[in-house]
Amino acid sequence: MQNKHPEKLLDEKGLRVDGRRLDQLRPVRLEVGILDKANGSAYIEQGKNKILAAVYGPREAHPKHIALPDRAVIRCRYHMAPFSVDERKSPAPSRRELELSKVIRESLEPTVLTDLYPRTTIDLFVEILQSDGGSRCAGITAASLALADAGIPMRELVAACAVGKVQGQLALDLSDIEDKQGEADLPVAYMPNSNLVTLLQMDGILTLPEFEKGLNMAIEACKTLHTMQREALKNKYSQIREVAEEKEEPEVIA
Amino acid sequence: MSATPQLPPVAKLEQKTVVDLIAKGNRIDERGHDSYRPITIQTGVIEKANGSAQIFLGKTRVLVGIKVETGEPFADTPEEGVLTVNAELVPLAHPSFEPGPPDENAIELARVIDRGIRESKAIDLKALCLQKGKKVQVVYVDVYVLDHDGNLIDAGSMAALAALANAKIGKYEIKGDEVIVKPDRRPLPINNYPVSVTFGKVDRNIIVDPSLEEEQVMNARLTVTIEKSGSICAMQKGGLSGFTTEELRKIVHIAVERAAENRAKILAAAKI
Amino acid sequence: MVVLAEPRQVVAPGELLAEGDHLLGENSYKIGNQIYSACVGLLEVDGNRVSVVPLKGGYIPHVGDIVGGRVMDIGLSGWTVDILAPYVAMLPASETEGPRGPRRRDLSEMFDVGDMVMAQILSFDRTRDPLLTAKGPGLGKVSSGRVIQIQAAKIPRLIGRKGSMISMLKRETGCQISVGQNGIVLVWGRSPEGERVAVEAIYMIEREAHMRGLTDRIREMIAKSPRMEEEVAKQAP
Repeated sequence: MQNKHPEKLLDEKGLRVDGRRLDQLRPVRLEVGILDKANGSAYIEQGKNKILAAVYGPREAHPKHIALPDRAVIRCRYHMAPFSVDERKSPAPSRRELELSKVIRESLEPTVLTDLYPRTTIDLFVEILQSDGGSRCAGITAASLALADAGIPMRELVAACAVGKVQGQLALDLSDIEDKQGEADLPVAYMPNSNLVTLLQMDGILTLPEFEKGLNMAIEACKTLHTMQREALKNKYSQIREVAEEKEEPEVIA
Repeated sequence: MSATPQLPPVAKLEQKTVVDLIAKGNRIDERGHDSYRPITIQTGVIEKANGSAQIFLGKTRVLVGIKVETGEPFADTPEEGVLTVNAELVPLAHPSFEPGPPDENAIELARVIDRGIRESKAIDLKALCLQKGKKVQVVYVDVYVLDHDGNLIDAGSMAALAALANAKIGKYEIKGDEVIVKPDRRPLPINNYPVSVTFGKVDRNIIVDPSLEEEQVMNARLTVTIEKSGSICAMQKGGLSGFTTEELRKIVHIAVERAAENRAKILAAAKI
Repeated sequence: MVVLAEPRQVVAPGELLAEGDHLLGENSYKIGNQIYSACVGLLEVDGNRVSVVPLKGGYIPHVGDIVGGRVMDIGLSGWTVDILAPYVAMLPASETEGPRGPRRRDLSEMFDVGDMVMAQILSFDRTRDPLLTAKGPGLGKVSSGRVIQIQAAKIPRLIGRKGSMISMLKRETGCQISVGQNGIVLVWGRSPEGERVAVEAIYMIEREAHMRGLTDRIREMIAKSPRMEEEVAKQAP
């Protein structure tokens, strides 16, 4: 655990505390289908963020009265493990977690074809095992993979990334250290095919030109993450296939 | 857990009327897409509060009371006062509001209002420190929704700003471990005036200040809070759909214009 | 019309599959004249029709499907049955073979809580839970054999084109196999050994459903199984 607060977040070359350029993402690792019992699951590491997402459903609505007659209900819980931050976090849901559960759900609702499963629920759990700034965005990136892994029909994968401002400069994907001293934070979730921004929050101060530039930076990063998501998803299903193809001649299957 | 909300009990035909009018460039209450409902703000309506304001935004009615008390600072900001925003969706305001702890809508409402005030540094929290690390002033902003006819975020944040601008605090003296409050009517130190502007997306149309009828047909919501110099200091998207990048570009510019107009109304009401 | 992804390729949700005048198949959607995938699956092009065969996903009832289910509760006029779907199914007493009216005193004599039944989906739509019938050949209470559960998305592969996979499996293992579209599979063998090989083969099909040359590999696996060799030896005169 480190708790240092460097004086300068940008060096003379314009590089950040962890050596990144302003428009550079932290290293991202994505894994799909890593939990056994869940219908779909995914894991993301982004910087020091370690986040698990799992999907159960579509399943019978419990309690019955929460069901909707013409579409599936999506339920979402964003939760931080007590050991995920420097000082132990009470496991009881905080107001922040309740709000994030809502905005994460709303960032994913536009992509899920919920009208195919009326009167059911799709439950989505985002568990932050270690938090390092930008956990809601990383959580969305993982959660949309978990939805796809559960075989739930959806328009497309949703990727999310935040842009912040450090020492007056827009910077992509702030880490915890940068976030704590940052001057603004703009988390964005994006669906590229539909050109739809499905999560948008902001705190700090941004001028209109800064907002436009920041939004573009975040969207470009979402597109990069989107490609990575697609690869991670396909990887899971292609691995066994390659092994098989070495052994067997092609055959038409039903 | 956050769950997809229940459908509003509005017949399809009624919804269609609202949607069709918007598609034609009109609105059910005959406003333009970019205009607000009439705004009336009264300040100083609760004598026992340090500051208070009541807003009527069309038929939406929100009361905000400010209470200033002494308390302890947060460990990471020992030299700053504390800001706490809480919102109550009082059951008398709408049949769907039920007694009980704040639900996700009340929490979101409070946190979006809080974000605007906090991020624009509207209150000079440093000036509220009495004894470093031990005693500071705590500003409680309680947002009370009394009649819900849509756009609670803007109504709540405008009323909160008017109430803060109207708030008066006593004179604090420290003697040993005791804090003595002497009656005085000094204004709360206010540095900035953040104003939120909320948009609704109905099909492909963007409207400002959605009423409840419009909220029930809109696909997505976006709040943009603008501080006094015209920069953005908070944003929050809600609803089951999203916004295109072109829409967002248009929205932020409208937000700056509407915020300036509404800020003038708030300051006039608070007599600043 | 242009198909942009390679047929039988793994596709992700939102992936562009084809452009132009195509027919929209399962698990895909259109924006303008572009067809996109709506799930993780294999791209299938059948003439002009573009669809995606899902690799994952739970069971969603369809009228006419044969399903396996567990009796959860007994009501006044029928049973509620868990068919591994988001919707609980109803099996009315009138949809079972057996005595009618006052002669039947207790529904539990026919199907008790915890019983496994094979049934067919009689009706199901967006507003009503699935209604089952247990009348018909091969339907009704299951009281012997092995019950296994695989992913519903893999059932088409277990059956194979025109039933090729399942008939091969039955032939080679000498087992009776009954398949529920919801992933419940029943296996009855002449011997426990044959049953075990058949079960192993079914799990292998589930694991490797999206790979090519599976039928041959399954046949090979069954033939190589020492258990099967023993079986064959035992049965030999």
